Amino acid sequence: MPTTRRQFLNLAGGVTVVGAIPIVTLRPLRATPAMLNTAVRNVVGEAQIRTGKVKLDIPPLVENGNTVPMTVTVASPMTADDHVKSIHVFNEKNPQPNIGNFYLNPASGRAQISTRIRLADTQKVIAIARLSDDTFWQVAADVVVTLAACTEEMN
Amino acid sequence: MAALVNVPARAKRGDVIEIRTLTSHIMETGFRHTADGKLVPRDIITGFTCRYNGAEIFRADLFPAIAANPYLSFFTIAKESGKFEFEWIGDNGYSSTASASITVE
Repeated sequence: MPTTRRQFLNLAGGVTVVGAIPIVTLRPLRATPAMLNTAVRNVVGEAQIRTGKVKLDIPPLVENGNTVPMTVTVASPMTADDHVKSIHVFNEKNPQPNIGNFYLNPASGRAQISTRIRLADTQKVIAIARLSDDTFWQVAADVVVTLAACTEEMN
Repeated sequence: MAALVNVPARAKRGDVIEIRTLTSHIMETGFRHTADGKLVPRDIITGFTCRYNGAEIFRADLFPAIAANPYLSFFTIAKESGKFEFEWIGDNGYSSTASASITVE
């Protein structure tokens, strides 16, 4: 059967589609909610996570995800008996769910840390505090990102 | 390896003081590709420690999601005059230190 023009074009179109797929599928390298959950459980273990005590200051809308200022504050008297042991910050959709772990002690005086982070997409940021009685407290904040970080091409 | 640390020069005993640090580092995530599709290897600072007269007062584990030129701010109680020592460690054997002194009255 001679190849008609229509058949040829269908075939050619199919080839380009197949050729394009690997490029597309290689790109989005994202943490999934399951990865976030695993990362959180690696820190928290089986303990229950309660909501409250922690305050996460982060802009709700950022233009550039490459540097997003962030401050975590925990309501704690920071005494030897009642203090924050550590603060853990996670994200939902960066290639990796961890952002940072920060270890404090009663000599800190105030349970507050600030840094600048990268966000690859509009997503949730979660801060979890571990207190001296080994209870965990968390807060989540939604951030809208207009220019993503992390996975862009390098020139 | 330039690092900027900001510690109050003097403080009253028992005051809670803020310490701010900034160090220059590319913090290459290891998730970026060059235009020809090669993966750029990860090169980040993975750890930071601050010691006050030898005792550790603050420590942090950093991940690729920390922005380039990592900035960290934290607090401590001014207990006695002395020295703060800061250390950053990272991939490819990266290590950088800084120090600052404080007078506590």
